Amino acid sequence: MTYHKRFDGRGFDELRPMSAKVGIVPRADGSAMFKIGKTVAYAAVYGPRDLHPKFMQNPQTGILRINYNMMPFSGHGERVRPGGSRRSKEICMVMQNALLPALNLKEFPNAVVDVFVELPQTDAGTRCAGIMAASMALADAGLEMKDLVCAVAAGRVEDKIVLDLNYFEDSHEDGADVPVAVLPNSGKVTLLQMDGEMTREQIKEAITKAKEACEELYELQKKALKERFARE
Amino acid sequence: MNQELKQHVLKALSKNVRYDGRKCLEYRQVSVEYGISESAEGSARVKIGGTEVIAGVKVETATPYPDTPNQGNLMVNAELLPLSNPKFETGPPGEQATEVARVADRAIRESKAIDVHKLVLKPGERVWAINIDICSINDEGNLQDAATLAALAALKDARFPKLTEHGEVDYDSEKTNEKLPLAREPVEVTVIKVGEHYFVDALSDEEKAIEARLTVGVTEKGTVCAMQKGGDAPLSVDEIDKMIEIAQKLAPTLRKAL
Repeated sequence: MTYHKRFDGRGFDELRPMSAKVGIVPRADGSAMFKIGKTVAYAAVYGPRDLHPKFMQNPQTGILRINYNMMPFSGHGERVRPGGSRRSKEICMVMQNALLPALNLKEFPNAVVDVFVELPQTDAGTRCAGIMAASMALADAGLEMKDLVCAVAAGRVEDKIVLDLNYFEDSHEDGADVPVAVLPNSGKVTLLQMDGEMTREQIKEAITKAKEACEELYELQKKALKERFARE
Repeated sequence: MNQELKQHVLKALSKNVRYDGRKCLEYRQVSVEYGISESAEGSARVKIGGTEVIAGVKVETATPYPDTPNQGNLMVNAELLPLSNPKFETGPPGEQATEVARVADRAIRESKAIDVHKLVLKPGERVWAINIDICSINDEGNLQDAATLAALAALKDARFPKLTEHGEVDYDSEKTNEKLPLAREPVEVTVIKVGEHYFVDALSDEEKAIEARLTVGVTEKGTVCAMQKGGDAPLSVDEIDKMIEIAQKLAPTLRKAL
């Protein structure tokens, strides 16, 4: 089958319209919003602060803890029941691994940096949008960072490699979804997952395209951070 | 309770001023924005000063409860997100979240804001279920009044989804233009008493000094449709009467923002 034109008319490498804003939750130590298409992610950072339960403390370093949550009304179909699911647990874990390489928490032994990611509306690509928002929120919190983290989903729909899949592409039966997070300065990949079938060549093409798209995402993050501090 | 903080709040109140320069019976700026989540059938964002709350309505079909076969289902839930306040934790709703949800629910349910008799698809078998979820985004005090207003605003914004031939909700299609059967517009005003002083729309620090509070649900006709007393100080009948009077007087301030 040939995928001639994307469901929403975009080019195959084209991302959906995006916007970003830093400093959306005044009570938090750092916060940011990232919107891509209809997917919206809010992130708020609290910490470094005391970590409970105590057995989780690490005397060598502070730890990063991500909490990913879809608001009950944010799903495509029925209400999402509040509280964690197997899916959200896994997403928290992979987001943590995606963001941690950008941080240096050695100065905060036994402490935790909490990042709360909340989604008020979704249209696929939520973990990537969450990483985008969380990365800006961590920078806004003034934590020492080696890099920001950019993320976007690549994938396959029928015979085409596409970027930033929406819900209908993501749930297309002949396709695959490859969320990718990248440290834009080193070009290293910190999140990689895939569901669906692809050849090795296609995988390489998808990851390469996602990496290229991260340049645009990185510029947007930097712009939003600068705007935040220009306001003050 | 932090005694020094309480003294500080009391001292300011005795001069009829607040931390942020307001008068005792004055709200911060109230704003309502509709349609903030396209995933929901209705949604709204309410800001009262720095406090921000969003609410979304999900409309589903369900079997009616056995004791109310000819009524639709209505549910109000509140999530006090850990994103919005360093004290809020993940996990099942705590005491405050449960109270916020139940007190908001009471105003909407008891004022008969939604005519549940008009939510029946097939008597005894299939009805509409209206699920309202309230989520806190930034807590700078007075989540209760913001939450109830957000729930009402989201109901105002909501439209019924389309149904498939089999009577299931068709989430892939656009919503219809049909609004929910909203008959009343209840809002809630929380009146606080510290010492001899009454005030509304408490800031987070002021909330720590609360001795007694009374949340009063007021309809657009000025009638009272729900109440909840909080705080550990007892109230006299005259004090309660005074607090209701304050709530009735200030309810239009909130409703005006809709």
